[in-house]
Amino acid sequence: MEQEFTITAFSENSVGLLNRITIIFTRRHINIDSLTVSESSIKGIFKFTIVVRTTKPMIQKVEKQIEKLVDVLKAFSLCTGDIIHQEIALYKVPTEILTASNEVESLVRKHNARILEVTPDYTVIEKTGHKAETQELFDSLFRFGVLQFTRSGRVAITKGKEEYFTQFLKKLDNEKAKVEH
Amino acid sequence: MSDKEDSSQTVRRITGSEGLLLSLIEEGVDTIFGFPGGAIMPVYDLLYNYRDKLNHILVRHEQGAAHAAEGYARVTGRVGVCLVTSGPGATNLTTGLADAMIDSTPIICISGQVHAPLLGSDAFQETDVMGFSMPITKWNIQITRAEEIPSIIAKAFFIARTGRPGPVMIDITKDAQFAEFDFSYSKCEDIRSYVPRPTLNHEHLAEAARLINASRKPLALVGQGVLLSRTEAEVLTLLEKAEIPAAWTLLGKTALPPDHPLNVGMLGMHGNYGPNIKTNESDLLIALGMRFDDRVTGNLSSYARSAKIVHFEIDPSEVDKNVRADVAVIADLRDSLKELLLMINENKHPEWLNQFKSAYQYEYEKVIQKDLYPTKEGLTMAEVIRRINEQTNGNIIMVTDVGQHQMIASRYFTGRSPRSLVTSGGLGTMGFGVPAALGVKTGRPEMMVVAIVGDGGFQMTIQELGTVAQTGAAVKIVLMNNHFLGMVRQWQQLFFDKRYSFTELKNPDFVAIANAYGIAGRCVSKREEMDDAVRQMLTTDGPFLLEIMVEKEDNVFPMVPTGASVSDIRLE
Repeated sequence: MEQEFTITAFSENSVGLLNRITIIFTRRHINIDSLTVSESSIKGIFKFTIVVRTTKPMIQKVEKQIEKLVDVLKAFSLCTGDIIHQEIALYKVPTEILTASNEVESLVRKHNARILEVTPDYTVIEKTGHKAETQELFDSLFRFGVLQFTRSGRVAITKGKEEYFTQFLKKLDNEKAKVEH
Repeated sequence: MSDKEDSSQTVRRITGSEGLLLSLIEEGVDTIFGFPGGAIMPVYDLLYNYRDKLNHILVRHEQGAAHAAEGYARVTGRVGVCLVTSGPGATNLTTGLADAMIDSTPIICISGQVHAPLLGSDAFQETDVMGFSMPITKWNIQITRAEEIPSIIAKAFFIARTGRPGPVMIDITKDAQFAEFDFSYSKCEDIRSYVPRPTLNHEHLAEAARLINASRKPLALVGQGVLLSRTEAEVLTLLEKAEIPAAWTLLGKTALPPDHPLNVGMLGMHGNYGPNIKTNESDLLIALGMRFDDRVTGNLSSYARSAKIVHFEIDPSEVDKNVRADVAVIADLRDSLKELLLMINENKHPEWLNQFKSAYQYEYEKVIQKDLYPTKEGLTMAEVIRRINEQTNGNIIMVTDVGQHQMIASRYFTGRSPRSLVTSGGLGTMGFGVPAALGVKTGRPEMMVVAIVGDGGFQMTIQELGTVAQTGAAVKIVLMNNHFLGMVRQWQQLFFDKRYSFTELKNPDFVAIANAYGIAGRCVSKREEMDDAVRQMLTTDGPFLLEIMVEKEDNVFPMVPTGASVSDIRLE
């Protein structure tokens, strides 16, 4: 049965690695719903967060094939229940819709969104949340006229106290220490 | 400071090109298969100075260089090296890279690239080498600065030869080849993100041992991993101690002695009857360095339903990829077998073994006897292989191309030593045979090297006869000529109502072509001439082409049709 999975992969900062990772999905005809890459808490190590819909056996194969890449340190496939995740969305609307009535203001309040910039022409609203939540605000603002809309890919952290990757790094250090002694 | 450290730490100011060659020499390279061109000319210019240390073999097409490097790597255990120019030089390597990737063969391909400032501008002979080689290499990298060359070459060799071996592509811009830098070399021994030798899990190993000890109908599946880890002796000890029959994959063939009583033959589509049928009766499959390729398993939903599966494998991504393992021992076979042997009880399975003997007898009567000792007029490919076996006692390295002759050679060749069969397995690359044989002969010049090719595949890389002639490499080429793309024709006969759509070949006079290159040759179409012709081929100095006019419409049996269960293997 297909379900949503979030793959997190930790890698060295090497040219072309993103391509190497996406090829694994392409070969198996899996569409990537969202992809975010940024430097992790460890300097020089980059974290990929990839959201896909597929089956459990398939995601396990993909996870191992990603981890097999020379420049990837570790990959994890996580179910939605394993993670806290968030996306950010920006909405540019005409400023006049805020001055015309207080409907937009109440939407901003209701959705826990915030206003980033106001100019005579436009206002930029920011909302963080799950995709459904950022979508809901978009749908609500739509009838007022949204000039621009953009949504980020997913960022996610695991529910365990420590990141799996930190545990992995500690294990790696222990093994190295064992070899050296 | 030791002498060794001293030599590698000495700093010298040289060009990137010279740094590349010195780095290769530091890695023990003495042979390069290559083809020059604009973007790699600075390296070729320096190569002229290093002719005494680096034997460069000029191929006729870069695909030939890649296959030659593969052949060289397969039989020497060393890394094969190719050197080519940018653009078409690099793209021509593609098939060889893909072949090396799927067959876990360590090669390093180095291509020249346009000057760094021109990258991405569609310059003359520029192509996106990183992009196209990414899915078919274990690792690839582009070098734009001379000072990166030594550390990247060191890393490339480490990656290519360790863990599950594979191809590495290195693209070097022309300005990096010209630039000067301070050269020093140190070998790569560790990459943080790369685990070539996974840590053995003792609990999994103990569970594997428990299953092996409890099994009443065990069957070992021997793959190329056994040859790559050089654990043929350990595997044999395991098999003998617990009396386990063992079957092999195409690439695992020469891991077991051909006449050992526990060697029950080849797995898969054109494998032997016994191991295929018995896969579905076994209670335990012990997979040793193999990956359950679809040509081995047939229909997965009816594969080994009564067996538990223990999978010994170095590459974690192969575990549960095609067949779900009950126990996976993810480690270098050398590490796992060493401990496993201490945990395995002596055992006997006489009744189980007898079933393989009866199955072989059945196959012998139905297929093998007719193949090896035909009474019909037409010549069979198998009788050619039998004569080569008889005259050489199997003390040769056989290289094959791809197709019917490949399956026949794999079934009947009685190679005595590990790594004495070199063939393109996973990719099934027609055209592999002749250039691979050239690489094999270059790597093992003391061995008799016999390439078995068909008339289809031979013509895909026939230009490498030029390389054979120029190097004088004593490659013996046996051409099984049936005037067809035989394997495709066989499928058309069996599954497409004999509609022979574009499989018949109008062939040239192959012996005349060989002769034109200065290579001796002989064409045989009569059974009574064959022994003499094989003898002439083996005793003639230098290369030789022996063309055998075989039966036009022979089929390879047994056969597991695609999508069928291994139990539904056909003998006719």
